[in-house]
Amino acid sequence: MAVNPDEPYRKQSGLLEVEDLTAGYGAAPVLHDVRFTVRPGQIVAVLGANGAGKTTLLRALSGLVEADHGRIVFDGEDLRDVKVEQMVRRGIAHVPEGRGVVTELTVDENLRLGGLWRRDRADAARALDEVYDLFPALAQRRASAGHQLSGGERQMLALGRALIGRPRLLLLDEPSLGLAPRITAQILALLRELRDRTGLAVLLVEQNVRSALSVADEGIVLSLGRVVTRNSAADLRDDADLRHAYLGF
Amino acid sequence: MDRFFYLTFDGLSRGAVYAAFALALVLIWRAARIVNFAQGAMAVAAVYVAYSVTGATGSYWLGFAAALVFGLLLGIAVEKAVMRFVDHSSPLNGVVVALGLVLITQGVLGMVYGNEYRPVTTPFRRDAFDVGGIALLSRYDVFVFAAVGAVVVALTLLFTRTAAGLRMRAAAFAPDVSRLLGVPVGGMLTLGWALAAAVGSLAGMLVVPTELGLHPTAMDVVFVSAFTAAVVGGLDSPIGAVTGGLIVGLLLSYVSGYLGATVAPMAVLLLLVVVLLGRPGGLFSSSKARLA
Repeated sequence: MAVNPDEPYRKQSGLLEVEDLTAGYGAAPVLHDVRFTVRPGQIVAVLGANGAGKTTLLRALSGLVEADHGRIVFDGEDLRDVKVEQMVRRGIAHVPEGRGVVTELTVDENLRLGGLWRRDRADAARALDEVYDLFPALAQRRASAGHQLSGGERQMLALGRALIGRPRLLLLDEPSLGLAPRITAQILALLRELRDRTGLAVLLVEQNVRSALSVADEGIVLSLGRVVTRNSAADLRDDADLRHAYLGF
Repeated sequence: MDRFFYLTFDGLSRGAVYAAFALALVLIWRAARIVNFAQGAMAVAAVYVAYSVTGATGSYWLGFAAALVFGLLLGIAVEKAVMRFVDHSSPLNGVVVALGLVLITQGVLGMVYGNEYRPVTTPFRRDAFDVGGIALLSRYDVFVFAAVGAVVVALTLLFTRTAAGLRMRAAAFAPDVSRLLGVPVGGMLTLGWALAAAVGSLAGMLVVPTELGLHPTAMDVVFVSAFTAAVVGGLDSPIGAVTGGLIVGLLLSYVSGYLGATVAPMAVLLLLVVVLLGRPGGLFSSSKARLA
């Protein structure tokens, strides 16, 4: 059943609760009163046309863009005063648009960078081994610099690096950008597998709406920085009017 | 031929100092994308501290250590109190602020110590000893090579073998991504300035005794050579800084030795022009664009 975004926000028990978030760059807000919830183990797709505010939403959640007002509550903690570099310690991993691989560093250095903040060095080392098991292509290219990797390998690296911190919430921005459909499908399937295996929650920003809805449990549709609807992925796929109006298919 | 060997070793000794100074410039450029034109003045301030400590205690080595510690603290202070607040929307802003720091530092040093040249002692003799009948290098030259070599090795180990080095490199290349990965980017920037200022102070301690003496502007000419070395090697490349330093040192030595000291500055500028025309990013620049 679709949720009317204009209804008063009914607080749900979620891992991430976003309440009336307004944020942007300088004096012009990009997001207006955005509100939604992500529960543990849920994959939520953020959909919308270019310029809808999807990337800004993720950047606001991880602190890269300052919120003008509203609340971002993660596991009961208000994140307003939490610094960007502390987010990862709270269990939030953000894989930014363009993948965010440090191209001057090697694969191994990029991955180790993802676990430097961790006090449990033994578990960080285990997580590193697990990532190499998960992405054998990376294991074969440990010493290669980031700029020598293909687009798919960079995406694996960015995702693997985020997983080293054993996050509870993954903010994933445009993982399919510039990738072949087969690679995109593998990465999205991996998200489901991770969710099922570890209870990871994912907030997935994706231009490829069909792919995103194929893997998501729920979707929220943004238009000009406002949430125009929230619904289950199945219902969004079936809503022809909505698809035509906002999702372009 | 003896003369060639002598000039070669003399050039390498000078070049080692330029390499250290260029390394300091590269450290800050990589961390903050600022050419620290105040590096020379900051180094001179550290040498004045060494001058005072050595004068008060009679120990060169206490003065040497004081200069390095002072340089480290000065780097932290400059980054935290000044450079952190520079608007980086235009690269010129950082340059203008750095030049302002040069004027302030030199003015303050002139008021405190006066504007006359002061002789600075060296811990080892500077007269060259013979190797196979050829006067090649002095004990002081050996000290210079050892000191600069130790710095290069230490920085290499720091950047390639330690977590702090990995954080510093990541913060320099991709600050936003690094913050998302829990790297305290501001702290890494401060550390970069501190290290650079300490290395610059070391270069000042090594080169000032070989020039006219201690003066608030003593490092100005050295700065030009070191800046050329950094640009020749590539401002992003520590290896380039060291190589560029040695190239500039050798060039200055050969040109001074064979053509006369008055021609040497022109040779450095000519080298700069040739490299900028042929390979604008420097000899060790990467050909790929920065993506992160």
